[in-house]
Order: sequence, then C-alpha cells, then structure tokens
Amino acid sequence: MAYAAAREIADGDVIFVGVGLPNLAVNLALRLHAPKAQLVYEAGVYGARPSRLPLSIGDPCLVTGALQVMPMNECFLYFLQGGRIDVGFLGAAQIDRFGNLNTTIVGSDYHHPKVRLPGSGGAAEISWLAKKTVILLPQKRNKFPEKLDFRTSVGHLDGGRSREELGAPGKGPERVITNLGVYGFDPESREMVLEAVHPGVSVDEVRSEVSWPLRVKEPLSTTTLPDANVLSLLREELDPKGIYLG
Amino acid sequence: MSSSKVTKMRDAVARLVDDGDSVLAEGFTHLIPFAAGHEIIRQRKKDLTLCRLTPDLIYDQMVAAGVAKKLVFSWTGNPGVGSLHGIRRAVEKGIPHELEIEEYSHFGLATRIKAGASGLPFLPLRTYHGTDLPKVNPRIQPIQCPFTGEALYAVPALNPDVAILHAQRADASGNTQVWGLTGVQKEAAFAAKKVIVVVEEIVDEDAIRADPNRTMVPGVIVDAVVEEPYGAHPSFVQGYYDRDNDFYVEWEGIGKTEEGMKAYLDEWVYGLEGRKDYVEKLGRSVRERLAPEPFLSPAVNYGLYR
Repeated sequence: MAYAAAREIADGDVIFVGVGLPNLAVNLALRLHAPKAQLVYEAGVYGARPSRLPLSIGDPCLVTGALQVMPMNECFLYFLQGGRIDVGFLGAAQIDRFGNLNTTIVGSDYHHPKVRLPGSGGAAEISWLAKKTVILLPQKRNKFPEKLDFRTSVGHLDGGRSREELGAPGKGPERVITNLGVYGFDPESREMVLEAVHPGVSVDEVRSEVSWPLRVKEPLSTTTLPDANVLSLLREELDPKGIYLG
Repeated sequence: MSSSKVTKMRDAVARLVDDGDSVLAEGFTHLIPFAAGHEIIRQRKKDLTLCRLTPDLIYDQMVAAGVAKKLVFSWTGNPGVGSLHGIRRAVEKGIPHELEIEEYSHFGLATRIKAGASGLPFLPLRTYHGTDLPKVNPRIQPIQCPFTGEALYAVPALNPDVAILHAQRADASGNTQVWGLTGVQKEAAFAAKKVIVVVEEIVDEDAIRADPNRTMVPGVIVDAVVEEPYGAHPSFVQGYYDRDNDFYVEWEGIGKTEEGMKAYLDEWVYGLEGRKDYVEKLGRSVRERLAPEPFLSPAVNYGLYR
C-alpha cells in the first residue's frame, strides 16, 4: 500500500501529508523517485526532511532541517486555501463509491455514536482545496458501505459534475489505495473503478469487501511489488519498529 | 521586581482558572501544557469548556478526571496510535458524566481562534462545502462573499476565558519566545481574557531583546509566568526534549479501561505534589532517552543603529 501510494507522487509535487500511512508513503517517495517533492505538514512545516519516520503529524524531526516553519493558520490559509498544494493524502474509516470519506462516527446517531472516531482534522479542507487527493485505507466491507454514517470530507460528492458545481477548487480524489488493490474514478460518472489488484488478490476477493456492485476496469492490471531494496528501506530505515507496517 | 508575573503553578491555576471557565490549552503536538493540565485535575476544577484542536492525552486525562462539561475540538485521536479512550467513554457512554461536544475541522477551529485574536465577530473560510459538519454544528454557517457572491462558510470568534501555553522561555514580564512548531498559540494568547505561560526557563529581558523575531507572545497580554522544566512531557519541546512516543503508544493500553485511567491519574497526578515530583518519578533514564543532540542555529545580525 505504502509503495503504491508513493508511486502516485511526482518529483517536485507539493504534498500535504496526513497522519498514519501517508506519512510513510511520502517519506518513501522522497527517498526513491521524488527527492524534490516538498512535504507540507499541517502542523506548519514546508519542505520537511524528517531524519526518522514521525509517529505523529507533529514531531521535532519535521522542524530540524526544514525549509520553513509557520503558524498553522498560515499553512491552511496560504498553502491550502491559497491553492499551493498539488496532492493531499487522506485516510478514512469509511469511503463510499464517489470517494466521500467518513472519519467522524460509526453509527446512525451523531450524538450517541456507536464508535466515536477522531473527526476531520484537516481532512475536510484538504479534500476540498488540494489540487487532487489520494486516499489510503484498509479494505473491509464495512469500510466500503453503500452509505456513509457521516460525510466528513467530500470526494466526488454525488458523482458526475456535482463536486465541480458546488464550486470545488480542487479536482478531488484521483486514486484510492487499499491492501487489496488500486482504484481510479470514471471520468464521467466519477464512480470508483478497480484498476489494479495487488499480486495474488482476486477480483472476487475485492468484490466481497465492497458493499456496492463494484465496477472493474478491463483489462485489470496487477500492481508492482516493491523490490528487495524498497522493502529494506521500508522495514529497516523508515519503519524499523513496525509501527505502520506491523 | 514589581512587574514580575512569575508565579507557582499551583497559585496560577488557583487564581486564573475558575470553575465553568472556557480553557484553551494549546500547542499542536509540540509544547502541550501537561503540567498545567495535571494541576487543574489536582485542584478538581469543574464544568470547564475545554477547547483544543487536538485534545491529545492531556484532555483525555482531564475529561476522564471529570473537570470538563464540554469539549471543543477538531481531531480527537492519539496520532499514529489510536483512540483517546477517556473522551470516547464520555461521548459514547457518558462516563464519568455526559460530555457536550462541538466539532470543527482544524482550519475551522484555527480560524475561530484567529477571529477571536483579531477582535472580529467571525471570519470566512473556503471549506465545509458538501460535508455533514455544518449539520451537526450550528456555529458553522454558510455565507456569501459581498463582492463576488462566492458561497463560503463562516465560524464565530473564540474568546476563551483562559489560554494556557507552554514555551521554551520567557522573561519575568511574560515576553515569551518559541521555536519549532508554533501551532495556533499566538492567536490563542491574543484571543483569551487571561493568559498563563509555562516555560522551561525564565530568562532576562536582555535575552528576549537579543532576538525579538522569536517572541511569540508579548508580556502585556500575559497574566502569569510559571517556570516548570519538563512541563510539556510526554509531548516535546524543540531543542529540550523529544516527544515520548513510547509513552504515547503505551497510552493506548493505559487509557483503554476505566481502571487503567484511574490508576494512572492516582499515581501520576493526584499522588504527586506537582511537576517536580513527576520529573523525579519519571527518572533520569527517560530524560536521557529523550534528550536530543544539540543542533544550533547560527546567530543572525540584527545590526546596531546609532
């Protein structure tokens, strides 16, 4: 997943990094094919060069050696709302077929939730304002429901041109990456389409972990596995304690 | 010195934090005022409205200890680890009592604080379109730009009764310098009616004047300065000590049960007189593990003008 996500990053991109797995993916990209990518952390850092993989979204290693440290308000106002972010990375507890995300509650009653999730953080604005977004989440049927319990962040809204008509500055989700495969979005309907599976994963397996009738691209491709070099970078240098990779 | 605002933590909290106050203890992952939070718990304050972008472990503990009636926030998790179980128990099960919540995105809550600091009733922002957040929070309102007609959202000013900040250093008058992540602390201080600054070191005014670009909070808005070394642990202070990530990971197990939480509060908060005891109990090995190697920034030339 981290490797597939890293491959979505072009050299020179200005990236808004989210907590969790995106943190690993962008730091991997920086060490592989995108050394000129600039990492922006919502804590107020531009051009971070973390010497270790930060556990949190705020860490002293993001500051030491960075190009700029700024108040959070400036980061959201000038970088994000000012339209300077090329790619935003997001995670989620639930995603629907149009790439809308829920990170707020599980359950039907907001005031008495079954599970209280962390909430938006910067996700609501990243999903709206970044030029495009890449979404990473583990694939489980209940995480891919027909209808979200709560819409925290907007993807392609109700599909078609609905996002654009609501005035979104950014284009919305371009890719969804899970432990089973990689999705794109249909250019017309804006519905999620399975484009690739990871080696050894069958389409039936993927379908069984999605609540709606899943669209599959033909021909379906298979993702490239990270080579030994990348694996050792991931396991030995970036995540030696197995915090992200388990 | 007559203008000194230097105060003991116990006295600062007793004098400046009242039951029923709204409290904004800021510091985005960096400089989280744990020592002040623990003192609020020890003094058994009640009915507080706790505001923070990321409640973090400190508000998890404060909510579990029962000092809060309401939580205003934008991301309530343990970053990279999991849940804040004390807050979850309050929201999901009403333990130790019902907790009212008011929820934003980071940009939204940061904007509320900025409006408060700026003396404005509200500020507009370009986010929330299509999300469910305005449906559950009536303080996120759609507005139209009077010039372009663009649909935007507005959030009202947040002017808390008390802001509590941790910093590297301040002088006795409260001129406070910070480096590293600066979060929304400057706005928090300007937005609040009362300001408590907790620092690693109190320095002479000359040290502040030697590097005025680094001053985040001017003394004129500060009510109390508390010197409390290691007062932000388990969060970090750039250049002083690292984030105690091991503890943040352990917290998942500690906070998960009511018993674990209670045992922690008994041992590390109620059972101690103050931060000095906490630091001693933490022990030298933890402090050595968290001590960074020095990495000095070269001095800049401000120039002397006669």
